[in-house]
Amino acid sequence: MTDTLPDNTGYVAAAYLVFFALVLIYVVIMAAKLSRFERELSELNELADRHLDESREQEAVRT
Amino acid sequence: MLYGTRLRALALLTAVTLTAGFALAFFYAPMDADQGFMQKIFYVHVPLAIVALCGFVFGGIMGIQHLRTREQRYDLRSYVAIHLSLVLGAGVLITGAIWAKASWGHWWVWDEPTLVSFLIVFLLYATYQPLRFSIEDPERQARYASVFAVVAGAFVPLNFLAVRLAQSYTHPRVFATTNGGLPDKMKLAFYVCLLGMAALYVTLWKYEMASKHTSAQLRSLRRKLGGEDDVAPRGRTAAPSLGTSR
Repeated sequence: MTDTLPDNTGYVAAAYLVFFALVLIYVVIMAAKLSRFERELSELNELADRHLDESREQEAVRT
Repeated sequence: MLYGTRLRALALLTAVTLTAGFALAFFYAPMDADQGFMQKIFYVHVPLAIVALCGFVFGGIMGIQHLRTREQRYDLRSYVAIHLSLVLGAGVLITGAIWAKASWGHWWVWDEPTLVSFLIVFLLYATYQPLRFSIEDPERQARYASVFAVVAGAFVPLNFLAVRLAQSYTHPRVFATTNGGLPDKMKLAFYVCLLGMAALYVTLWKYEMASKHTSAQLRSLRRKLGGEDDVAPRGRTAAPSLGTSR
């Protein structure tokens, strides 16, 4: 380690922090999207179940 | 599971490579005789810049593919590549400014060709999203965006060459052929960091592509189950629309 180390450590740390923060923000945004997809998927599952129940009821009425 | 095991393996590989690269940079690569400890910024700043510029070129190549085939998926690939490169580009500008402050005492130096040329490229691509947003018709939007991606993508290597040919060499050269260049230990650390950064780009690109495809499929599924009334109108957007999402 050189004598200049204490003065420059802050700059080096800041540069790496910026990089990690950028990646972290990106991943967090993508994770939020993923959780929205999962929520939508479960809504669609319920919708599909409702459709299935309705068609079964109609079938039963016809027979 | 919305995202496959291949993406998970790629993410793991990225984490391992980047960690190894940064570990080599800090604990294996020797201290720079001229700049000392602050030269460690080089291992994050330069790979980030190279990958961002390659991403812009990749966006241009996908633009060519879109113009050739008129397939929406190439427009989406181009869009995601440019979008991701812009994010990394912002990182390059910030880490570069930090390095400049540490090294030269100024956050920005206007007479330095490498810095200014990267800023020009970044600002050029910053107009990509507004350009897309300004065009309502998705077909025309995709076509114009592809033309932009091709022209701007061709500008990137030309810009790089112009800077290399420039007379002022204030900016440190990574692979200089005269006066030495990087020592072997630094070179190894740099290559591992570059590999890790490239893997990060590919991982995030695939992640976003998977997300866009899933979104389109969900929209299509909602339409099939609930009818047109159940799907909110897409409205004007800069993002490309896949066939299933319309």
